[in-house]
Amino acid sequence: MSFDFDVIGRSLPYLWKGFLYTVELTAIASLGGLFFGTLLALGRLSPIKPLSTIAGGYVNLMRSIPLVLVLFWFFFLMPQVLQLATGGERPPQIGAERTAIITFIMFEASYFCEIMRAGIQSIAKGQAHSAYALGLTYGQAMRLVILPQALRNMIPVLLTQTIILFQDTSLVYVISATDFTGAASKIAQRDGRLVEMYLFVAVVYFVLCYTLSYTVKLLQQKIAVIR
Amino acid sequence: MKFDLDWGVFFHEIPGGGDRYADLLASGIAWTLAVSASAWVIALVLGSVIGTIRTTDRPWMVRLGDGWVELFRNIPLLVQMFLWYFVVPEFIAPLKRWVVQADPAHAQFLSAVLCLALFTSARVAEQVRAGIQSLPRGQRYAGMALGLTQPQVYRFVLLPMAFRIVIPPLTSETMNLIKNSSIALTIGLAELTFRSREMGEYTFHFFEAFSAATLIYIAIAMTANRVMALIERKTAVPGTIAGGGK
Repeated sequence: MSFDFDVIGRSLPYLWKGFLYTVELTAIASLGGLFFGTLLALGRLSPIKPLSTIAGGYVNLMRSIPLVLVLFWFFFLMPQVLQLATGGERPPQIGAERTAIITFIMFEASYFCEIMRAGIQSIAKGQAHSAYALGLTYGQAMRLVILPQALRNMIPVLLTQTIILFQDTSLVYVISATDFTGAASKIAQRDGRLVEMYLFVAVVYFVLCYTLSYTVKLLQQKIAVIR
Repeated sequence: MKFDLDWGVFFHEIPGGGDRYADLLASGIAWTLAVSASAWVIALVLGSVIGTIRTTDRPWMVRLGDGWVELFRNIPLLVQMFLWYFVVPEFIAPLKRWVVQADPAHAQFLSAVLCLALFTSARVAEQVRAGIQSLPRGQRYAGMALGLTQPQVYRFVLLPMAFRIVIPPLTSETMNLIKNSSIALTIGLAELTFRSREMGEYTFHFFEAFSAATLIYIAIAMTANRVMALIERKTAVPGTIAGGGK
């Protein structure tokens, strides 16, 4: 058995492109997921019954099925749904990369929703009462008083979820999108260098995720001191 | 392919075989449950040990436990799956010989179980450690004051309490494990998600196939949830809020 670690050097430009897609997907999905997740959290906490039922149902459904299955759902069915929506002759081709972005936003929204819900519920009731006493509307109270504090309290948890998301984006492999893992796997299979490529991928992910989660831990301690 | 739904498709025969598509999904369920259950047992035992040693007063044990958790938490599960299936056998000659001549399904099953078990063990360890550390330190001291050795303190004082405390987080780890088992399809294991995609590809009834898989996952998750809730009720500590005492 002989190893050829040069294969990594030879394929670095291709791997780098895949890595950039991984970062892009993580960034878009976490920001989009945070935005829609916050809306979902407001929906779940809403006194309007149908709204909270629908938001709760969506979140529970997304959280009870595997991400791989969610990716398949969107990958196979999104072209059909888009065709129905646009009324075109044939299903539009949107590609695995774009499908993955939409899927991850929709999927992560349900996880960010639960974090934001906990964040909102951790704010003292008096904050909302004083906001209303000052004459703020619901929207103003949320935007100016509750959400900034909820977001701030939840920053370490949100960052931890983003690190998990960064790892989970590797699953776009199942719909053949070329992220970091996808790029490495394509080279690995083309050159028959599975051992070298997969070890390299594992080391890169480990170093990055370990550093990031250590930084989050430090940040958490800093925030804890302030309060 | 349009949205011409046909819910009878599950009872159509698979071309070339006497089975129906429902049987295909059933065999997928069996693999999902077999992988999850095997991995769960190993993860629980290993995770309990690792989590416990992280709270002892031996620095090397704590470091070993911390390293274990960091290792399995910071590499994507998909990459870990590839490492177990493609990479590890290359370094262990007898294993490699077995993998080459064994039934592929057996090699996939073994890799998937090991991968999911060790990944989940790191998460269980984290919960068990948190559970032990959530106990008032007076409990440990009281045990020591009674003349118990450190293993005895764990065996009779700390662990019986800690395990009851960690049952709710372990419930969500159980659900995660069942969901994560779908990643085994990347190494070819024919579990539930694999079979539902296969059924979609044969019949072009993706909607029906994925709906069935979704409902089955929800049913499995709900069953696991109920079982864990039952265990939680049976083991609740009297006198705590969960135990319903005064």
